[in-house]
Amino acid sequence: MMRISCPLIDGPATSAAQDACGLRELGVGGAPVDSFPLPAVQDIDSFEREVVEYVKPNHGTTTLGFIFQGGVIIAVDSRASQGSYISSQTVKKVIEINPYLLGTMAGGAADCQFWERNLGRQCRLYELANGKRITVRGASKLLANTMFSYRGMGLSMGTMVAGWDEAGPGLYYVDSDGQRTKGKLFSVGSGSLYAYGVLDEGYRWDLSVEEAVELGLRSIYHATFRDAASGGTVSVYHVTQEGWTKVRGEDVGELHFRFYPDPAKHPCNSVDPLAV
Amino acid sequence: MATALPVRAQVPAAGQATKQHASWSPYDDNGGTVVAVAGDDYCIVAASTRMSTGYSILTRNKSKILRLNPKCVVASAGMQADMETLHKMLHSRHVTYQFNHRRPMSCPATAQLLSNTLYYKRFFPYYTFNLCAGLDDEGRGAVYTYDAIGSYERVGYGCQGSGKELIQPVLDNQLKAASPLVLPQQQWLSSLPLEQAVDLVKGAFVSAGERDIYTGDDVEILIITKDGIRTDSLQLKRD
Repeated sequence: MMRISCPLIDGPATSAAQDACGLRELGVGGAPVDSFPLPAVQDIDSFEREVVEYVKPNHGTTTLGFIFQGGVIIAVDSRASQGSYISSQTVKKVIEINPYLLGTMAGGAADCQFWERNLGRQCRLYELANGKRITVRGASKLLANTMFSYRGMGLSMGTMVAGWDEAGPGLYYVDSDGQRTKGKLFSVGSGSLYAYGVLDEGYRWDLSVEEAVELGLRSIYHATFRDAASGGTVSVYHVTQEGWTKVRGEDVGELHFRFYPDPAKHPCNSVDPLAV
Repeated sequence: MATALPVRAQVPAAGQATKQHASWSPYDDNGGTVVAVAGDDYCIVAASTRMSTGYSILTRNKSKILRLNPKCVVASAGMQADMETLHKMLHSRHVTYQFNHRRPMSCPATAQLLSNTLYYKRFFPYYTFNLCAGLDDEGRGAVYTYDAIGSYERVGYGCQGSGKELIQPVLDNQLKAASPLVLPQQQWLSSLPLEQAVDLVKGAFVSAGERDIYTGDDVEILIITKDGIRTDSLQLKRD
Protein backbone atom coordinates (compact mmCIF):
# COMPACT_ATOMS: atom_id res chain seq x y z
CA MET A 1 0.00 0.00 0.00
CA MET A 2 1.16 3.45 -0.80
CA ARG A 3 1.79 5.50 2.30
CA ILE A 4 0.06 8.79 2.07
CA SER A 5 0.60 9.89 5.61
CA CYS A 6 3.53 12.21 5.69
CA PRO A 7 6.37 10.98 7.90
CA LEU A 8 6.77 14.59 9.02
CA ILE A 9 3.37 14.46 10.65
CA ASP A 10 3.23 10.99 12.11
CA GLY A 11 6.88 10.06 12.25
CA PRO A 12 8.35 7.85 14.97
CA ALA A 13 7.69 9.47 18.33
CA THR A 14 9.29 6.62 20.27
CA SER A 15 12.92 7.63 20.14
CA ALA A 16 12.27 11.19 21.30
CA ALA A 17 12.46 10.34 24.99
CA GLN A 18 15.80 8.54 24.77
CA ASP A 19 17.31 11.26 22.65
CA ALA A 20 18.57 13.48 25.44
CA CYS A 21 18.58 16.80 23.67
CA GLY A 22 15.86 15.84 21.22
CA LEU A 23 18.00 17.02 18.34
CA ARG A 24 17.59 13.87 16.29
CA GLU A 25 13.84 14.36 16.21
CA LEU A 26 14.08 18.07 15.83
CA GLY A 27 16.86 18.14 13.30
CA VAL A 28 16.80 19.40 9.77
CA GLY A 29 13.13 19.23 8.83
CA GLY A 30 12.76 15.69 10.12
CA ALA A 31 12.36 14.01 6.74
CA PRO A 32 14.38 13.72 3.58
CA VAL A 33 13.23 15.76 0.62
CA ASP A 34 12.48 12.66 -1.47
CA SER A 35 9.61 11.54 0.77
CA PHE A 36 7.50 13.84 -1.37
CA PRO A 37 7.02 12.23 -4.80
CA LEU A 38 8.45 14.37 -7.59
CA PRO A 39 7.31 14.52 -11.22
CA ALA A 40 9.53 12.62 -13.69
CA VAL A 41 10.76 15.70 -15.47
CA GLN A 42 14.22 17.11 -16.00
CA ASP A 43 13.41 20.71 -15.25
CA ILE A 44 11.56 20.68 -11.93
CA ASP A 45 11.62 24.45 -11.69
CA SER A 46 9.71 25.15 -14.91
CA PHE A 47 7.34 22.26 -14.17
CA GLU A 48 6.50 23.77 -10.78
CA ARG A 49 5.88 27.11 -12.44
CA GLU A 50 3.45 25.45 -14.86
CA VAL A 51 1.72 23.65 -11.99
CA VAL A 52 1.14 26.93 -10.18
CA GLU A 53 -0.75 28.15 -13.29
CA TYR A 54 -3.04 25.14 -13.01
CA VAL A 55 -3.69 24.74 -9.31
CA LYS A 56 -3.57 28.45 -8.36
CA PRO A 57 -2.74 28.06 -4.67
CA ASN A 58 -4.10 30.56 -2.14
CA HIS A 59 -1.97 33.71 -1.88
CA GLY A 60 -1.92 37.34 -0.76
CA THR A 61 -1.57 38.84 2.69
CA THR A 62 -0.67 41.62 5.03
CA THR A 63 0.83 40.65 8.38
CA LEU A 64 2.84 42.61 10.94
CA GLY A 65 4.48 42.15 14.27
CA PHE A 66 6.42 44.37 16.65
CA ILE A 67 7.96 44.32 20.09
CA PHE A 68 7.30 47.21 22.44
CA GLN A 69 7.37 47.99 26.14
CA GLY A 70 4.25 45.89 26.81
CA GLY A 71 5.17 42.72 24.90
CA VAL A 72 4.63 41.66 21.28
CA ILE A 73 1.78 42.69 18.97
CA ILE A 74 0.83 40.56 15.98
CA ALA A 75 -1.79 41.78 13.52
CA VAL A 76 -3.01 40.16 10.30
CA ASP A 77 -5.73 40.41 7.66
CA SER A 78 -7.78 37.39 6.54
CA ARG A 79 -8.04 37.34 2.74
CA ALA A 80 -6.85 34.55 0.45
CA SER A 81 -6.91 34.90 -3.31
CA GLN A 82 -6.29 32.56 -6.24
CA GLY A 83 -5.27 34.91 -9.01
CA SER A 84 -7.95 37.59 -9.10
CA TYR A 85 -10.56 35.37 -7.42
CA ILE A 86 -11.02 35.89 -3.67
CA SER A 87 -11.07 32.32 -2.39
CA SER A 88 -11.70 33.22 1.25
CA GLN A 89 -12.25 36.23 3.47
CA THR A 90 -11.99 34.24 6.70
CA VAL A 91 -8.52 32.69 6.68
CA LYS A 92 -6.86 32.27 10.05
CA LYS A 93 -3.41 33.69 9.34
CA VAL A 94 -2.14 33.51 12.91
CA ILE A 95 -1.20 29.95 13.73
CA GLU A 96 -1.30 29.22 17.42
CA ILE A 97 1.71 26.94 17.84
CA ASN A 98 1.34 26.67 21.63
CA PRO A 99 0.10 29.04 24.39
CA TYR A 100 3.37 31.03 24.22
CA LEU A 101 4.19 30.90 20.51
CA LEU A 102 2.51 32.33 17.44
CA GLY A 103 3.33 32.00 13.76
CA THR A 104 2.00 34.23 11.01
CA MET A 105 1.12 33.21 7.50
CA ALA A 106 2.11 34.94 4.24
CA GLY A 107 2.75 33.39 0.84
CA GLY A 108 1.36 29.96 -0.03
CA ALA A 109 -1.42 29.08 2.41
CA ALA A 110 -0.78 25.35 2.25
CA ASP A 111 2.98 25.72 2.76
CA CYS A 112 2.44 27.90 5.84
CA GLN A 113 -0.35 25.77 7.28
CA PHE A 114 1.50 22.50 6.82
CA TRP A 115 4.96 23.56 8.01
CA GLU A 116 3.77 25.58 10.98
CA ARG A 117 1.64 22.64 12.08
CA ASN A 118 4.78 20.58 11.72
CA LEU A 119 6.65 23.20 13.78
CA GLY A 120 4.01 22.87 16.50
CA ARG A 121 4.66 19.13 16.56
CA GLN A 122 8.41 19.64 16.81
CA CYS A 123 7.99 22.16 19.63
CA ARG A 124 5.77 19.72 21.56
CA LEU A 125 8.35 16.96 21.14
CA TYR A 126 11.03 19.34 22.44
CA GLU A 127 8.89 20.00 25.53
CA LEU A 128 8.43 16.28 26.15
CA ALA A 129 12.13 15.53 25.67
CA ASN A 130 13.51 18.42 27.74
CA GLY A 131 10.80 19.18 30.27
CA LYS A 132 10.77 22.86 29.39
CA ARG A 133 9.31 25.09 26.71
CA ILE A 134 11.27 25.81 23.57
CA THR A 135 12.62 29.35 23.14
CA VAL A 136 11.42 31.61 20.34
CA ARG A 137 14.97 31.50 19.03
CA GLY A 138 14.88 27.68 18.99
CA ALA A 139 11.46 27.42 17.39
CA SER A 140 12.29 29.88 14.63
CA LYS A 141 15.53 28.02 13.96
CA LEU A 142 13.65 24.72 13.58
CA LEU A 143 11.40 26.33 10.98
CA ALA A 144 14.32 28.02 9.20
CA ASN A 145 16.21 24.71 9.04
CA THR A 146 13.16 23.02 7.51
CA MET A 147 12.84 25.81 4.97
CA PHE A 148 16.54 25.66 4.13
CA SER A 149 16.34 21.92 3.45
CA TYR A 150 13.61 22.56 0.85
CA ARG A 151 15.39 25.54 -0.75
CA GLY A 152 14.86 25.83 -4.49
CA MET A 153 11.85 23.47 -4.46
CA GLY A 154 9.38 26.32 -4.93
CA LEU A 155 7.95 26.61 -1.43
CA SER A 156 6.53 30.05 -0.69
CA MET A 157 6.35 31.20 2.90
CA GLY A 158 7.05 34.43 4.74
CA THR A 159 6.40 34.09 8.43
CA MET A 160 7.00 35.73 11.75
CA VAL A 161 7.52 33.57 14.80
CA ALA A 162 6.58 35.52 17.91
CA GLY A 163 6.41 34.56 21.56
CA TRP A 164 7.69 34.89 25.09
CA ASP A 165 10.45 32.85 26.73
CA GLU A 166 13.00 33.23 29.58
CA ALA A 167 14.75 35.94 27.52
CA GLY A 168 11.54 37.99 27.33
CA PRO A 169 9.61 38.85 24.18
CA GLY A 170 10.90 37.41 20.92
CA LEU A 171 10.20 38.08 17.25
CA TYR A 172 11.83 36.40 14.25
CA TYR A 173 11.25 36.61 10.52
CA VAL A 174 11.64 33.31 8.68
CA ASP A 175 11.03 32.73 4.96
CA SER A 176 11.13 29.98 2.36
CA ASP A 177 14.59 31.05 1.15
CA GLY A 178 15.90 29.97 4.54
CA GLN A 179 16.41 33.52 5.77
CA ARG A 180 15.96 34.05 9.50
CA THR A 181 16.25 37.47 11.12
CA LYS A 182 15.72 38.63 14.67
CA GLY A 183 14.04 42.00 14.96
CA LYS A 184 11.73 44.40 16.75
CA LEU A 185 9.40 45.24 13.90
CA PHE A 186 8.41 43.37 10.75
CA SER A 187 5.68 43.41 8.16
CA VAL A 188 5.31 40.63 5.60
CA GLY A 189 3.15 40.08 2.52
CA SER A 190 1.86 41.89 -0.53
CA GLY A 191 0.43 44.70 1.61
CA SER A 192 3.47 44.99 3.85
CA LEU A 193 4.77 48.22 2.40
CA TYR A 194 1.51 49.98 3.10
CA ALA A 195 1.50 48.62 6.64
CA TYR A 196 5.12 49.72 7.15
CA GLY A 197 4.16 53.28 6.23
CA VAL A 198 1.63 53.54 9.02
CA LEU A 199 3.60 51.40 11.44
CA ASP A 200 6.92 53.28 11.16
CA GLU A 201 5.10 56.56 11.55
CA GLY A 202 3.31 55.54 14.75
CA TYR A 203 5.79 53.21 16.44
CA ARG A 204 7.47 54.07 19.74
CA TRP A 205 9.01 51.70 22.28
CA ASP A 206 6.94 53.15 25.12
CA LEU A 207 3.56 52.75 23.45
CA SER A 208 0.85 51.72 25.91
CA VAL A 209 -0.79 48.33 25.22
CA GLU A 210 -3.98 50.06 24.13
CA GLU A 211 -2.05 52.32 21.71
CA ALA A 212 0.01 49.44 20.35
CA VAL A 213 -3.07 47.33 19.62
CA GLU A 214 -4.67 50.31 17.90
CA LEU A 215 -1.50 50.90 15.83
CA GLY A 216 -1.45 47.28 14.65
CA LEU A 217 -5.13 47.47 13.76
CA ARG A 218 -4.72 50.77 11.91
CA SER A 219 -1.67 49.57 9.95
CA ILE A 220 -3.45 46.46 8.67
CA TYR A 221 -6.58 48.44 7.93
CA HIS A 222 -4.64 50.88 5.73
CA ALA A 223 -2.91 48.00 3.99
CA THR A 224 -6.28 46.42 3.14
CA PHE A 225 -7.37 49.80 1.81
CA ARG A 226 -4.54 50.04 -0.75
CA ASP A 227 -3.64 46.38 -1.38
CA ALA A 228 -6.31 44.49 -3.34
CA ALA A 229 -4.93 41.14 -2.16
CA SER A 230 -5.54 42.00 1.52
CA GLY A 231 -8.89 42.34 3.29
CA GLY A 232 -11.57 40.59 5.30
CA THR A 233 -11.15 40.97 9.04
CA VAL A 234 -8.24 42.34 11.04
CA SER A 235 -7.09 40.14 13.92
CA VAL A 236 -4.75 41.45 16.61
CA TYR A 237 -2.87 39.29 19.12
CA HIS A 238 -0.95 40.43 22.18
CA VAL A 239 1.84 38.30 23.67
CA THR A 240 2.94 38.79 27.27
CA GLN A 241 4.71 36.77 29.96
CA GLU A 242 1.43 34.88 30.47
CA GLY A 243 1.27 33.84 26.78
CA TRP A 244 -0.80 35.15 23.91
CA THR A 245 -4.35 36.44 23.84
CA LYS A 246 -6.42 37.46 20.86
CA VAL A 247 -7.48 41.01 21.66
CA ARG A 248 -9.24 42.21 18.51
CA GLY A 249 -11.15 40.83 15.56
CA GLU A 250 -12.78 43.50 13.42
CA ASP A 251 -14.45 43.55 10.02
CA VAL A 252 -12.64 45.86 7.62
CA GLY A 253 -15.96 47.20 6.29
CA GLU A 254 -16.89 48.44 9.74
CA LEU A 255 -13.39 49.76 10.50
CA HIS A 256 -13.62 52.03 7.48
CA PHE A 257 -16.53 53.91 9.00
CA ARG A 258 -14.77 54.09 12.34
CA PHE A 259 -11.65 55.67 10.84
CA TYR A 260 -13.61 57.80 8.39
CA PRO A 261 -17.04 58.54 9.90
CA ASP A 262 -17.74 61.06 7.14
CA PRO A 263 -16.95 59.43 3.77
CA ALA A 264 -16.96 62.80 2.01
CA LYS A 265 -13.97 63.87 4.13
CA HIS A 266 -11.83 60.99 2.86
CA PRO A 267 -9.19 62.13 0.34
CA CYS A 268 -10.39 59.43 -2.09
CA ASN A 269 -13.93 60.81 -2.14
CA SER A 270 -13.60 64.51 -1.54
CA VAL A 271 -14.57 67.09 -4.15
CA ASP A 272 -11.77 68.23 -6.46
CA PRO A 273 -11.02 71.86 -5.43
CA LEU A 274 -9.46 72.56 -8.85
CA ALA A 275 -12.68 71.64 -10.63
CA VAL A 276 -14.67 74.47 -9.03
CA MET B 1 6.35 5.59 0.94
CA ALA B 2 6.19 3.03 -1.80
CA THR B 3 9.52 2.30 -3.38
CA ALA B 4 8.63 2.77 -7.04
CA LEU B 5 7.37 6.32 -6.89
CA PRO B 6 8.87 8.65 -9.47
CA VAL B 7 12.06 10.38 -8.52
CA ARG B 8 13.94 12.97 -10.49
CA ALA B 9 14.41 11.64 -14.04
CA GLN B 10 17.88 10.48 -15.00
CA VAL B 11 19.55 12.94 -17.31
CA PRO B 12 21.06 10.95 -20.21
CA ALA B 13 24.70 11.54 -21.07
CA ALA B 14 25.49 13.91 -23.93
CA GLY B 15 25.04 12.29 -27.34
CA GLN B 16 22.82 9.51 -25.98
CA ALA B 17 19.87 11.73 -25.24
CA THR B 18 16.60 10.37 -26.58
CA LYS B 19 14.19 12.76 -28.20
CA GLN B 20 12.00 14.41 -25.56
CA HIS B 21 8.71 16.22 -25.87
CA ALA B 22 9.21 19.95 -25.59
CA SER B 23 6.81 20.07 -22.71
CA TRP B 24 5.05 17.39 -20.74
CA SER B 25 1.62 18.31 -19.55
CA PRO B 26 0.10 15.71 -17.26
CA TYR B 27 -3.03 17.67 -16.42
CA ASP B 28 -6.48 17.94 -17.97
CA ASP B 29 -9.48 19.88 -16.70
CA ASN B 30 -12.60 17.73 -16.78
CA GLY B 31 -14.80 20.46 -15.27
CA GLY B 32 -17.71 20.01 -12.90
CA THR B 33 -18.99 21.89 -9.89
CA VAL B 34 -19.44 20.79 -6.27
CA VAL B 35 -21.37 22.61 -3.56
CA ALA B 36 -21.86 21.97 0.15
CA VAL B 37 -24.03 23.80 2.68
CA ALA B 38 -23.92 23.16 6.43
CA GLY B 39 -26.93 23.69 8.69
CA ASP B 40 -27.61 23.30 12.41
CA ASP B 41 -28.26 19.56 12.12
CA TYR B 42 -27.78 18.75 8.44
CA CYS B 43 -25.33 19.04 5.61
CA ILE B 44 -26.16 19.22 1.90
CA VAL B 45 -23.60 18.11 -0.66
CA ALA B 46 -24.27 18.46 -4.37
CA ALA B 47 -22.20 17.77 -7.48
CA SER B 48 -22.88 18.07 -11.18
CA THR B 49 -22.39 14.81 -13.08
CA ARG B 50 -21.07 16.05 -16.42
CA MET B 51 -17.49 15.23 -17.33
CA SER B 52 -15.88 17.06 -20.24
CA THR B 53 -12.57 17.76 -21.90
CA GLY B 54 -12.31 20.96 -23.92
CA TYR B 55 -15.59 21.31 -25.82
CA SER B 56 -16.33 17.55 -25.77
CA ILE B 57 -18.65 15.93 -23.27
CA LEU B 58 -17.16 12.58 -22.25
CA THR B 59 -20.04 11.37 -20.06
CA ARG B 60 -23.20 12.74 -18.50
CA ASN B 61 -23.25 10.68 -15.33
CA LYS B 62 -19.97 10.68 -13.44
CA SER B 63 -20.38 10.89 -9.70
CA LYS B 64 -17.90 13.24 -8.02
CA ILE B 65 -18.81 12.36 -4.44
CA LEU B 66 -17.02 9.80 -2.28
CA ARG B 67 -19.17 8.50 0.60
CA LEU B 68 -16.79 7.47 3.33
CA ASN B 69 -19.38 6.89 6.05
CA PRO B 70 -22.88 8.12 6.99
CA LYS B 71 -21.40 11.27 8.51
CA CYS B 72 -18.66 12.23 6.09
CA VAL B 73 -18.25 12.58 2.33
CA VAL B 74 -15.66 14.12 0.02
CA ALA B 75 -16.66 15.87 -3.21
CA SER B 76 -14.06 16.75 -5.85
CA ALA B 77 -13.96 18.69 -9.10
CA GLY B 78 -11.03 19.14 -11.46
CA MET B 79 -9.27 16.26 -13.21
CA GLN B 80 -11.12 12.94 -13.17
CA ALA B 81 -8.02 10.72 -13.03
CA ASP B 82 -6.60 12.52 -10.00
CA MET B 83 -10.04 12.57 -8.35
CA GLU B 84 -10.36 8.81 -8.80
CA THR B 85 -6.88 8.21 -7.37
CA LEU B 86 -7.49 10.53 -4.45
CA HIS B 87 -10.85 8.93 -3.64
CA LYS B 88 -9.35 5.42 -3.78
CA MET B 89 -6.59 6.53 -1.45
CA LEU B 90 -8.99 8.13 1.05
CA HIS B 91 -11.27 5.10 0.90
CA SER B 92 -8.42 2.71 1.67
CA ARG B 93 -7.17 4.91 4.50
CA HIS B 94 -10.70 4.97 5.90
CA VAL B 95 -10.96 1.17 5.83
CA THR B 96 -7.59 0.88 7.59
CA TYR B 97 -8.68 3.43 10.19
CA GLN B 98 -11.80 1.39 10.94
CA PHE B 99 -9.74 -1.78 11.45
CA ASN B 100 -7.45 0.05 13.87
CA HIS B 101 -10.00 2.12 15.78
CA ARG B 102 -13.24 0.12 15.41
CA ARG B 103 -15.19 3.21 14.43
CA PRO B 104 -15.61 5.36 11.33
CA MET B 105 -13.37 8.36 10.93
CA SER B 106 -14.95 11.63 12.10
CA CYS B 107 -15.46 14.49 9.71
CA PRO B 108 -12.80 16.79 11.28
CA ALA B 109 -10.28 13.92 11.21
CA THR B 110 -11.06 13.16 7.56
CA ALA B 111 -10.62 16.86 6.81
CA GLN B 112 -7.08 16.86 8.27
CA LEU B 113 -6.27 13.59 6.46
CA LEU B 114 -7.36 15.08 3.15
CA SER B 115 -5.21 18.14 3.78
CA ASN B 116 -2.12 16.01 4.49
CA THR B 117 -2.86 13.76 1.50
CA LEU B 118 -2.99 16.77 -0.80
CA TYR B 119 0.13 18.37 0.68
CA TYR B 120 2.10 15.17 0.39
CA LYS B 121 1.80 15.71 -3.37
CA ARG B 122 3.02 19.30 -3.00
CA PHE B 123 5.56 19.07 -5.83
CA PHE B 124 3.30 17.11 -8.22
CA PRO B 125 -0.18 18.07 -7.01
CA TYR B 126 -3.47 16.30 -7.49
CA TYR B 127 -5.36 18.53 -9.90
CA THR B 128 -8.51 18.37 -7.78
CA PHE B 129 -10.54 20.96 -5.92
CA ASN B 130 -12.22 19.42 -2.94
CA LEU B 131 -14.88 19.83 -0.32
CA CYS B 132 -15.09 17.61 2.73
CA ALA B 133 -18.56 17.69 4.26
CA GLY B 134 -20.69 15.95 6.87
CA LEU B 135 -21.59 16.25 10.53
CA ASP B 136 -19.05 17.09 13.26
CA ASP B 137 -18.78 15.41 16.67
CA GLU B 138 -21.59 17.60 18.04
CA GLY B 139 -23.90 16.69 15.14
CA ARG B 140 -23.70 20.09 13.46
CA GLY B 141 -23.16 20.44 9.72
CA ALA B 142 -19.51 20.82 8.74
CA VAL B 143 -17.96 21.91 5.45
CA TYR B 144 -14.22 22.17 4.77
CA THR B 145 -12.82 23.79 1.61
CA TYR B 146 -9.36 23.18 0.16
CA ASP B 147 -6.98 24.46 -2.44
CA ALA B 148 -5.23 21.89 -4.66
CA ILE B 149 -2.21 21.54 -2.38
CA GLY B 150 -3.96 21.14 0.94
CA SER B 151 -4.58 24.47 2.63
CA TYR B 152 -7.98 24.10 4.26
CA GLU B 153 -10.53 25.90 6.35
CA ARG B 154 -13.88 25.10 7.98
CA VAL B 155 -16.71 27.16 6.51
CA GLY B 156 -20.52 27.34 6.66
CA TYR B 157 -20.91 26.68 2.94
CA GLY B 158 -18.58 26.20 0.01
CA CYS B 159 -18.31 25.73 -3.72
CA GLN B 160 -15.48 24.36 -5.86
CA GLY B 161 -14.90 23.62 -9.52
CA SER B 162 -15.68 25.24 -12.84
CA GLY B 163 -18.87 26.96 -11.62
CA LYS B 164 -17.45 28.41 -8.42
CA GLU B 165 -17.23 31.97 -9.72
CA LEU B 166 -20.94 31.77 -10.58
CA ILE B 167 -22.29 29.94 -7.52
CA GLN B 168 -20.17 31.21 -4.62
CA PRO B 169 -21.48 34.81 -4.87
CA VAL B 170 -25.07 33.51 -4.79
CA LEU B 171 -24.35 31.49 -1.66
CA ASP B 172 -22.58 34.51 -0.11
CA ASN B 173 -25.64 36.62 -0.83
CA GLN B 174 -28.05 34.16 0.78
CA LEU B 175 -26.01 32.62 3.57
CA LYS B 176 -23.15 34.93 4.57
CA ALA B 177 -22.86 35.24 8.33
CA ALA B 178 -20.39 37.03 10.59
CA SER B 179 -16.74 36.02 10.16
CA PRO B 180 -15.57 33.41 12.69
CA LEU B 181 -12.60 35.70 13.36
CA VAL B 182 -14.49 38.68 14.81
CA LEU B 183 -14.43 39.44 18.51
CA PRO B 184 -16.67 39.19 20.42
CA GLN B 185 -17.52 35.81 18.85
CA GLN B 186 -20.70 35.79 16.78
CA GLN B 187 -22.87 33.09 15.24
CA TRP B 188 -21.09 32.17 12.00
CA LEU B 189 -22.97 29.04 10.89
CA SER B 190 -25.89 30.01 8.66
CA SER B 191 -29.03 28.22 9.74
CA LEU B 192 -31.53 27.91 6.93
CA PRO B 193 -34.33 25.32 7.23
CA LEU B 194 -33.29 22.19 5.31
CA GLU B 195 -35.91 22.44 2.55
CA GLN B 196 -35.01 26.07 1.84
CA ALA B 197 -31.32 25.22 1.69
CA VAL B 198 -31.95 22.38 -0.80
CA ASP B 199 -33.95 24.76 -2.99
CA LEU B 200 -31.12 27.30 -2.81
CA VAL B 201 -28.56 24.73 -3.94
CA LYS B 202 -30.81 23.56 -6.78
CA GLY B 203 -31.44 27.13 -7.90
CA ALA B 204 -27.71 27.86 -7.86
CA PHE B 205 -26.98 24.84 -10.06
CA VAL B 206 -29.73 25.75 -12.55
CA SER B 207 -28.18 29.22 -12.86
CA ALA B 208 -24.64 27.88 -13.25
CA GLY B 209 -25.89 25.44 -15.91
CA GLU B 210 -27.09 28.38 -17.97
CA ARG B 211 -23.65 30.03 -18.13
CA ASP B 212 -20.98 27.38 -17.52
CA ILE B 213 -20.39 24.84 -20.30
CA TYR B 214 -18.84 22.40 -17.80
CA THR B 215 -21.89 22.29 -15.52
CA GLY B 216 -24.94 20.46 -16.83
CA ASP B 217 -26.81 17.16 -17.33
CA ASP B 218 -27.60 16.15 -13.72
CA VAL B 219 -26.91 17.14 -10.16
CA GLU B 220 -26.37 14.48 -7.51
CA ILE B 221 -27.54 15.78 -4.12
CA LEU B 222 -26.79 14.16 -0.76
CA ILE B 223 -28.61 15.26 2.38
CA ILE B 224 -26.70 14.21 5.46
CA THR B 225 -28.56 14.12 8.80
CA LYS B 226 -28.15 12.12 12.00
CA ASP B 227 -30.43 9.48 10.43
CA GLY B 228 -28.03 8.88 7.56
CA ILE B 229 -27.62 10.00 3.97
CA ARG B 230 -30.65 10.70 1.82
CA THR B 231 -30.23 11.31 -1.90
CA ASP B 232 -31.99 13.69 -4.22
CA SER B 233 -31.28 14.68 -7.80
CA LEU B 234 -31.90 17.47 -10.24
CA GLN B 235 -32.04 17.36 -14.02
CA LEU B 236 -30.22 20.15 -15.79
CA LYS B 237 -30.32 20.89 -19.48
CA ARG B 238 -28.28 18.49 -21.57
CA ASP B 239 -27.00 21.00 -24.13
